[in-house]
Amino acid sequence: MKILKIFIILFLTLSFSQSKSDSKNDEIKSKILKNIRCLICQGQSVYDSESEFALSIKLIVDRKINVGLNEEQIYEFLREKYGDWIIYDPKLNKNTYILWLLPLLLFLFGGAIIYKNLIIKKIKFKDKK
Amino acid sequence: MKNKFNLFIIITFLCFCFAIMYKGLNNSNIYSPKLNNLKNIPIFKAKDFNSNLFVDSKKIFEEDKFYIVNIWASWCVPCREEHSLLMELSKNKSVKLIGLNYRDNLDNAKKFINEFGNPYAQNLIDNEGSLSIEFGAYGVPETFVINKEKKIVKKFIGPINEEAAEAIKLIIK
Repeated sequence: MKILKIFIILFLTLSFSQSKSDSKNDEIKSKILKNIRCLICQGQSVYDSESEFALSIKLIVDRKINVGLNEEQIYEFLREKYGDWIIYDPKLNKNTYILWLLPLLLFLFGGAIIYKNLIIKKIKFKDKK
Repeated sequence: MKNKFNLFIIITFLCFCFAIMYKGLNNSNIYSPKLNNLKNIPIFKAKDFNSNLFVDSKKIFEEDKFYIVNIWASWCVPCREEHSLLMELSKNKSVKLIGLNYRDNLDNAKKFINEFGNPYAQNLIDNEGSLSIEFGAYGVPETFVINKEKKIVKKFIGPINEEAAEAIKLIIK
């Protein structure tokens, strides 16, 4: 009886840990797929698309995860095949630096305008007083 | 004066946007990265179309020749358009054509080959489309030209036409 109990506990623990790792893999998979652009669809991620291309990419990503590749390695594999465009969140490099720096420059430019309009006007207003 | 300057900035900005969008009108919807660095062919194992046995990529590309990898399917209408050009290219002795049968029904694919002819020295089955992804393909038809150093030197997305066939002939000369 004791042996049976131990066996049941062991079985439950193992199956629980298995399902836990499966759900973790599914989580990583859907995170990766949502970050991959479907190159033959208009404005859709691979996760949302059911095109032949997206189905093949889903399969490849699944296989790469099962082989033990991490998120960055999978992105690197896809980047090598299809270029930076396939990833929605591209790396900072010589092709993408404008993409990364432009919002920062716009932010600084906007900040400068606000500074000029608000702070300097305030100072002038105080001086007048 | 200030208003005129602002108007000038706005008009310049709109002209700039118009020019970029107008230029983009003629671009293809499918983005393809430029082959700046020649890419190596992937290492894979695939089922042979006729024998149904697994073959190694090293064995497929072992000869000191140019190779053309053509992704095709019996359900793909543009594949029929390019087939006669592939038949013509297959007559060239310095090149070997490798077919990748993409997500297809094997019986239909065999019917297609019987009806239109077989330009391929070897045909491989890619039922899941994963092999095409390894090559960096988008779908069917797609053609890759591989040089003697086993590097992909040219890629044609969509069916090959007379112009593309001439470009291939120039490469494999």
